[in-house]
Amino acid sequence: MDAQSYHPVPPGVGTEENFLSLDDILLSHQRLPVRTECAFPRLGFLDRSSDSEDLPEGTKMELPLWLSKGLYERKRRVLSVKLPNVYREGWRTVFTADPNVVNLHKMGPYYYGLGSQMLHFDSPENTDIAQTLLQTFIGRFRRVMDCSQNAYNEDTSSLLERLDCLEKALFQAGQSGLNGFQSWEKGRASQLTASSLVLNYRKRKMADVED
Amino acid sequence: MFCEKAVELVRELHRLRDGQLPAFNEDGLRQVLQEMESLYDQNQADVNEAKAGRSDLIPSIKLRHSCLLRNQRCITAYLYDRLLRIRALRWGYGSVLPANVRFHMCAEEVEWFGQYKKSLAAFMRSIGGGEGLDITQDMKPPKSLYIQVRCLKDHGEFEIDDGTVILLKKNSQHFLPRWKCEHLIRQGVLEHVLS
Repeated sequence: MDAQSYHPVPPGVGTEENFLSLDDILLSHQRLPVRTECAFPRLGFLDRSSDSEDLPEGTKMELPLWLSKGLYERKRRVLSVKLPNVYREGWRTVFTADPNVVNLHKMGPYYYGLGSQMLHFDSPENTDIAQTLLQTFIGRFRRVMDCSQNAYNEDTSSLLERLDCLEKALFQAGQSGLNGFQSWEKGRASQLTASSLVLNYRKRKMADVED
Repeated sequence: MFCEKAVELVRELHRLRDGQLPAFNEDGLRQVLQEMESLYDQNQADVNEAKAGRSDLIPSIKLRHSCLLRNQRCITAYLYDRLLRIRALRWGYGSVLPANVRFHMCAEEVEWFGQYKKSLAAFMRSIGGGEGLDITQDMKPPKSLYIQVRCLKDHGEFEIDDGTVILLKKNSQHFLPRWKCEHLIRQGVLEHVLS
């Protein structure tokens, strides 16, 4: 296994985000349909479709997850967040029927991540959402693991295109394990290699020459 | 919407998943700090008004505060992730970084790298029973004392422990002690040839 020295902060598990994780920051950038339950004076410009100086109560707009989490209060005087379609009853039945058929990349690349974060907004459907997330993951995991352990030296883009980000990360982990094992079998595990800095520089130079 | 520039910084790093260090985005950082200053000033003004009686401004104050926290989070994550990449360079490449990489680091990062090197060196000196132990060597378990290497570029003369001087000319092959050439292999000067 190639000794990778760069270990980024991993995304959080479940409903907790990791403050410094780049993945979690991008995940919480996703937009959600919300409805303001109080007025926000002097912030009318946040709603592109209106010209008023203030943001009135009852405005339906989209706000990023991080802002929705920051403003949401259990007493519900501030914001109410609408559940995105993918986590609603209709789609939940589809996922329960056959989780393997669904293109989770299209359903928002952070399906599991965003779903876990939605649990912060005290929807009455929370238990069902959590159940569906778990069952979908369980249903799909076997195939993801299988593919990652058996796709050696081939183009995996068709396998990856229907996976969400969490599954993609698991897939890459599986692939790196597979590649490490194969290189050990070939006796290449003890071969000293140049650092990734040098290899990337070489790749870029070759790309420049080819252009 | 606020905090778009901050998220762009994060995206810049997220695109390079293999640990490459892009140039330090001083411009981007300055723009985020300016946005934070402006949000802070607006909130200061609104807080004073709220204290004077306009409690309806409180939701807006909270919103701007969330934006400030978000910008802070993005910047901190950006700077921290860069440090992780720079730290990885010490382990993957060596203690002297090539000029094109140093170019991508801001002055504070260069200083941080220097301090990190010093800490690591002090630690390595303190272990191994008084003699010190270079833990950045032998990252892969060694199979032999001597290895076959091929030179990938001209590197000039190279002296090994018994005094012999070897000329490292492009495409020449040599049988050298492993501990002498590990760092040259990492830097891409030599290539380890398996027989």
